[in-house]
Amino acid sequence: MYKKTRGKPTDQSKGGKHMNCEIEQIGGALVVKLSGEIDQHCAEELRGDIDRQLDIKRSASLIIDLGDVDFMDSSGLGLIMGRYRKMQARGGKLLLARPTPAVDKLLELSGINKLVGRERTK
Amino acid sequence: MRNYMKLEIPSKSLNEAFARAAVGAFAAQADPTVEELADIKTSVSEAVTNSIIHGYRDTVGVIYIECEARVEKTCVIEITVRDEGVGIPDVERAMEPLFTTAPDEERSGMGFTVMQSFMDTLDVTSEKGKGTTVKMSKEINAGIGDE
Ligand SMILES: Nc1ncnc2c1ncn2[C@@H]1O[C@H](COP(=O)(O)OP(=O)(O)O)[C@@H](O)[C@H]1O
Ligand SMILES: [Mg+2]
Repeated sequence: MYKKTRGKPTDQSKGGKHMNCEIEQIGGALVVKLSGEIDQHCAEELRGDIDRQLDIKRSASLIIDLGDVDFMDSSGLGLIMGRYRKMQARGGKLLLARPTPAVDKLLELSGINKLVGRERTK
Repeated sequence: MRNYMKLEIPSKSLNEAFARAAVGAFAAQADPTVEELADIKTSVSEAVTNSIIHGYRDTVGVIYIECEARVEKTCVIEITVRDEGVGIPDVERAMEPLFTTAPDEERSGMGFTVMQSFMDTLDVTSEKGKGTTVKMSKEINAGIGDE
């Protein structure tokens, strides 16, 4: 399992707050568990981490677990849309799991909910 | 009752979290619901991120944030985020859903749409080469003036 933890809230030397990312291949699916705050500051690094594992594992599907995401802005929407396109391009699929009400409000506004399926078994 | 605060930060992306947390703490005095507070923090994050990645694209400049809380029967939080960056040539176009000038960076083009739908009012003024001012407000239903 690939695990990455960014600095504690006050740890400016590691770029300040804020997110954790655990990536694990389960069967044919790459499961990415995000927690903390997703914004532009961390989106690019997250994208690199996820895409690298997708390319190594050649996963047929990608599941992004949003259950522990405390905050997300439109940078997170860009990240999700980008992974959706990547999975589309390789004939795979993207599923989102456990969005909080705040995150779901954002997903709904963007129209992503109409494109991307829900993983409900989590 | 009226309360206010002013904040000046350099346009570094690690300040996105700080800016929304600071404004969130200011807004918390009005006793917003969880959803209202999330709406405000998300909108501030959008405006500040725009100043960082678009306004001051190739430089580091100063972002000016001002908040005001006005209490009558309810509380209105007014937030202004201003930069002296490159400005927006066509504001109306920029505010359209999904419009972005940075698609290769996986920008969603949803920033202004988020601010528009999460806040009650949104006013964007910009001048090319001079900078951009985003003014937004939201009514909070539980007042701070109860004491
Ligand atoms: N402060 C700003 N300074 C200069 N340009 C801006 C600013 N804010 C927004 N823009 C322009 O407006 C466009 C739309 O902004 P937004 O809706 O937040 O989408 P995104 O940030 O994803 O591109 C940006 O792509 C950019 O061209
Ligand atoms: Mg934006």
